[in-house]
Amino acid sequence: MTTYLLEALKSKFPAAVLETSAFRGDETAVVKKEVLKEAAAFLKDELGFDFLMDLTAADYLPREPRFELVCHFYSTKHNYRLRLKCPVGADDARVDSLTPLWAGANWFEREVYDMFGIKFEGHPDLRRILMYDGFEGHPLRKDYPLKKRQPRITHRD
Amino acid sequence: MGLETLFGHSYLTTRLDEAVNWSRKYSLFNYPFVTACCGMEFMSAFASTYDIARFGAEYPRFSPRQADVLFVVGTVNEKLAPVLKRVYDQMCEPKWVVSFGVCATSGGFYDNYATVQGIDKIIPVDIYIPGCPPRPEAVLDALIKLQEKISRESVLDRKYR
Repeated sequence: MTTYLLEALKSKFPAAVLETSAFRGDETAVVKKEVLKEAAAFLKDELGFDFLMDLTAADYLPREPRFELVCHFYSTKHNYRLRLKCPVGADDARVDSLTPLWAGANWFEREVYDMFGIKFEGHPDLRRILMYDGFEGHPLRKDYPLKKRQPRITHRD
Repeated sequence: MGLETLFGHSYLTTRLDEAVNWSRKYSLFNYPFVTACCGMEFMSAFASTYDIARFGAEYPRFSPRQADVLFVVGTVNEKLAPVLKRVYDQMCEPKWVVSFGVCATSGGFYDNYATVQGIDKIIPVDIYIPGCPPRPEAVLDALIKLQEKISRESVLDRKYR
């Protein structure tokens, strides 16, 4: 089907594509986080992926690197999809922001920052989006205690 | 009201209780604090099929300052908790609170970092309605129970909480 997209990606970034897989149309490439932005720009400019559908993360504790950033791309023109994943370690949880490419990445990245604590470099306004100011920690991390409760906040005008 | 402080627990004040409570319990203006899916069931209970107007409580006021009963309908999370407290504080006495559904009552199955484990951690509650969501019959039952509770109150005992 559209596995040639993965081939194009591999030939463009031979050293940075760690792994590819395709099963019934879910073309997936695992890339190093250093080239994520470059690879996304390549998808956007060369391969016609004009829509960033989703950007999220997963925590695979105790695996190292523990986080995996997941981006779903879609081409409205050609009707095909591709998924980019990149492993992110806890020690250096920093990734280049995709907001210069897709403005829609803004809130996705804020959510990932809020829930997992992954920082996005070049993001215009990296604040929490779901939890409130004063909340400590990142609740979707697997080592966040399930029963942990934090002090209640007061009303802010 | 003034009269009751003059006469204390006497025939006059008990008769006054009767009259005041009768008027209060049949004109409950509610403030719907709707946050989640329970809201659909709330609308169902307050629409014509179940006709809550029979109990004198059909008219929602969307300003807490004009409301008697605070209906907390749905999940309240930690971010919203101070807002709920503020709304409650803005209501004038006498005021009552109904916790609508299991999320408002105890947090429901949202036993997690974000959810308040029952609104009684923030404000006093008069009536709890169980259910996920509650049937309209349960809502009407709660309303009748609230009316019974109001009719047992005394203008002497009612104080600021």
